[in-house]
Amino acid sequence: MSPTATPKGAASLRAHDVKPQPPTRGPRAKAASLAGWVDDRAGAAKPMSYLLKKVFPDHWSFMLGEIAMFSLIILLLTGTFLTFWFVPSAGRVIYNGSYVPLKGIPMSEAFKSTVDISFDVRGGLIMRQIHHWAALMFTISITVHMFRVFFTGAFRKPREINWVIGTILSLLAINEGFTGYSLPDDLLSGTGLRAAEGFMQSVPVLGSYLAYFVFGGAFPGEAIIPRLFTVHVLLLPAIIIGLFTAHIVLVAVHKHTQYPGPGKTNDTVTGYPFMPVYMAKAGGFFFIIFGITALMAALVTINPIWLYGPYDPSPVTAGSQPDWYMGFADGALRLFPGFFEFHVFGFTLSLNVFIPSLVVMPLIYSIAGVYPFIESWVTGDKREHHLLDRPRNVPTRTGLGVMAISFYLILFFAAGNDLIAIKLGLSINDITRTFQVMLFVVPPLAYWVTKRICLSLQRRDHDLVLHGRESGRTVRTAEGRFFDVHEPLPEHERWTLVQHETLTPLQPTATVDANGVRRVGTRRERLRARVSSFYFADGVHPVSPAELAAARHDASAHEAVETGQDSGAQDSGAQGSSAQDWVGQLHGGADERPETDAHASHEDGEDPGPTAVR
Amino acid sequence: MSDHDAEPAEEPRSQPSSAARLDHRLDHSPGQGHIEVSGGMPERFTDPGLPPHVSRSADLDETAARRAERQVAALFGLSMMATVMFLIAYFAIDQKTYRFIPGIGQANLSNIVLGVTLGVSLLCIGLGAVHWAKTLMPDTEVTEDRHPQRSSDEARGEAVETVVAGGTASQLTRRPLIKYMLGGALGLFALPLVVQLAGSLGPLPKADLSTTFWRKGMRLMRDPEMTPIKASDVTLGSVFHVMPEGIDRSAHVLEEKAKAAVILMSLDPAVITVPKERDWGHDGIVAYSKICTHVGCPVGLYEHRTHHLLCPCHQSTFDVTQDCKVIFGPAHRPLPQLRITVDADGYLVAASPFREAIGPSFWERG
Repeated sequence: MSPTATPKGAASLRAHDVKPQPPTRGPRAKAASLAGWVDDRAGAAKPMSYLLKKVFPDHWSFMLGEIAMFSLIILLLTGTFLTFWFVPSAGRVIYNGSYVPLKGIPMSEAFKSTVDISFDVRGGLIMRQIHHWAALMFTISITVHMFRVFFTGAFRKPREINWVIGTILSLLAINEGFTGYSLPDDLLSGTGLRAAEGFMQSVPVLGSYLAYFVFGGAFPGEAIIPRLFTVHVLLLPAIIIGLFTAHIVLVAVHKHTQYPGPGKTNDTVTGYPFMPVYMAKAGGFFFIIFGITALMAALVTINPIWLYGPYDPSPVTAGSQPDWYMGFADGALRLFPGFFEFHVFGFTLSLNVFIPSLVVMPLIYSIAGVYPFIESWVTGDKREHHLLDRPRNVPTRTGLGVMAISFYLILFFAAGNDLIAIKLGLSINDITRTFQVMLFVVPPLAYWVTKRICLSLQRRDHDLVLHGRESGRTVRTAEGRFFDVHEPLPEHERWTLVQHETLTPLQPTATVDANGVRRVGTRRERLRARVSSFYFADGVHPVSPAELAAARHDASAHEAVETGQDSGAQDSGAQGSSAQDWVGQLHGGADERPETDAHASHEDGEDPGPTAVR
Repeated sequence: MSDHDAEPAEEPRSQPSSAARLDHRLDHSPGQGHIEVSGGMPERFTDPGLPPHVSRSADLDETAARRAERQVAALFGLSMMATVMFLIAYFAIDQKTYRFIPGIGQANLSNIVLGVTLGVSLLCIGLGAVHWAKTLMPDTEVTEDRHPQRSSDEARGEAVETVVAGGTASQLTRRPLIKYMLGGALGLFALPLVVQLAGSLGPLPKADLSTTFWRKGMRLMRDPEMTPIKASDVTLGSVFHVMPEGIDRSAHVLEEKAKAAVILMSLDPAVITVPKERDWGHDGIVAYSKICTHVGCPVGLYEHRTHHLLCPCHQSTFDVTQDCKVIFGPAHRPLPQLRITVDADGYLVAASPFREAIGPSFWERG
């Protein structure tokens, strides 16, 4: 480059272009020259080494998202295989393949080709079953991954966008699953489509038009199978892959969250580099997931459509159930009472179908999607969070999460009310009514119980830090008093229990300003203060060094303790040590003794003599 | 500190393990951060840093490392063997061989062997790689710095500047005519696409949902045998799945079946409580649409002792003695009744088409 100031513009670039340096001679020159060839054309060296050096923290719960990612890859792979034999057509044919019970039965080409994949394509059944099992793994791992992200607060700033993307992905995944299992056109899935058509008809005003547009006319029609096929293999996968890519890119941009612990800070990420550790671990994990899916597909039959037979609108099998991820919607449909259908001015408003089938699912997902924004409004916290919360340290959020899960699970189990009735020999009517009641009773209860459990766990942490662990050793003092020896927590273990911060409720601001004029927006602030108090009013504060010092009566620290001193003495009663190395570790037998004596004995560092005993 | 001093001594701090303790931080106006207040000692513990590294046996002992190496290699070797077995099984095992497998029962041998060998070959690669990573690859933690997502003020300013400058350079703001016309054009361009799609996806329903294949005088045929039913053959308590005569020759068999399916039951006329039901039947033989008024599943389960019809999809229960009124479940409307009679030969026939739309509710059904 010339030392003088270069004129700006394209011309200067040409004039002063840097000539590529010849690769240096060395043992790795050959590999370097190949990499150099790529780098010359793609400029890949810098991003490549950045990615290879990227650090990922280690925790089992971070594998849940990986399971979803790998299941998606398995789905794409096996799904592509299936398209080579599947015929997405409702055209009628007479079956004449190798599965004897169906011989001579008229069916759609879609059903026939699925039976052929299962019986006449070598290894076809294993691919079909891997595909279906992987779909179940995909949806369940997304769900559990979502739970993990929720309960650890990983959705907080800056990851709100990724939470929303994940929510959409989850919604798309279950619909992708539905379109997939509807394709074989068997009796079970056809009944599902029949119900889906009923859902569309229930849309106020436009219902019948919507149903006729989607099905290309009267149900079942010949259009729905090819349309579902396009949606299943092209439209939804394209959107899912696009959003999934954005999801992963954002994970890389934000860098992975990590659990709190010694050495883990909000400004760093600690773990292992992608090259080589995570390449082996995550790459290996892909094969493990694929392997397990293949074993399940080999040993456990799934969706044996040849037993259900081809779709016919007239027969139906008892115990018709969707795949698990549609269970909650089906359960909602079973629980929603019929009296929500209204007949007004010669029109029918079928809310008993419309709400559970077409409103509940988007509503649940919308609530999930906006949750991070609600919480950040409540906390007023606009900082970036890269350290995860331990669920117990955020009792209200954890309670709300369990409440949502219990609501979901009741809907899910309600979808099996007939099976429960048969298996347990109970009345279906009683079971359904019980579920209807439980839907309103259990979630608040689940919230309350969870919150209490979280607070108890926090107090347990609190006590553990203050009083350490019971060592199982008992010490007898000179005057015959017995004490348990508690071992203080090692510093590294203690940090995990005291690192968090508790938020306090926001205080409602004055409703009038200094001049006695009503302030604008105070109602909003009061609401916010109320919600904030709902969230944070009963937090347990982490132990502070002063409290610990007070609890242990550490001679060197007790001067500094003011209010904490009394508290520690009342609470722990750690007194009357007989040796310096047990200072603050002896518990019990202290209640009758005044606190002041305890300190005195500590300072002596000797056996408490009769003077110390009242 | 200042807060602390200001507060009375019996501040809840005296009970560290009690639940209702106030935090020491006071926040207060929205948008402001929380202010930390410290006591005489540091308010919070300090991070002790990463715990000391514990070396694995393979790091310290070359024999252990060798053993790990052999284990990893053995897993990869096992994977290769399983792959070879898959290939052999693919060609050697006939697709139609069934064998008894303990715990599974009669099963397709090819499926099981292919699946298990594939699974083992994949699983061993995975287990080998993970074992390798856990025993031999470096396990010293690496720490990487994070940077706030927010760009520098400079960069933000530049981005805004670029957008504004671009807008100005395009003269978009100076020439509102272009702006409005562009807005109009962009607003409208999607319409042709939407109209093409919405307009061509399917026909309008018209009266399609309100009519069925049933016409007056059509015989009730057993489904799927398609044989007519003589009234005298219908014994008390029996139930028939019924389709209209000639439906199998219609141009759209499935679509017509989806609306025309009927269930025929024979009851003691004395248990029928609704006169209309008795009148529309024949001597206690009544015919109802089999399509559930909830979301359209076939109402296939008839309990002839209680005279209840149950939909297996969502458990709507209809009482046949009360004109198929809903007595339980999420459906609202009774199943529509098909008026029947007998023809000259004594066969059951429809006395009229359905008088109302069958199946799930829709807005304009009335």
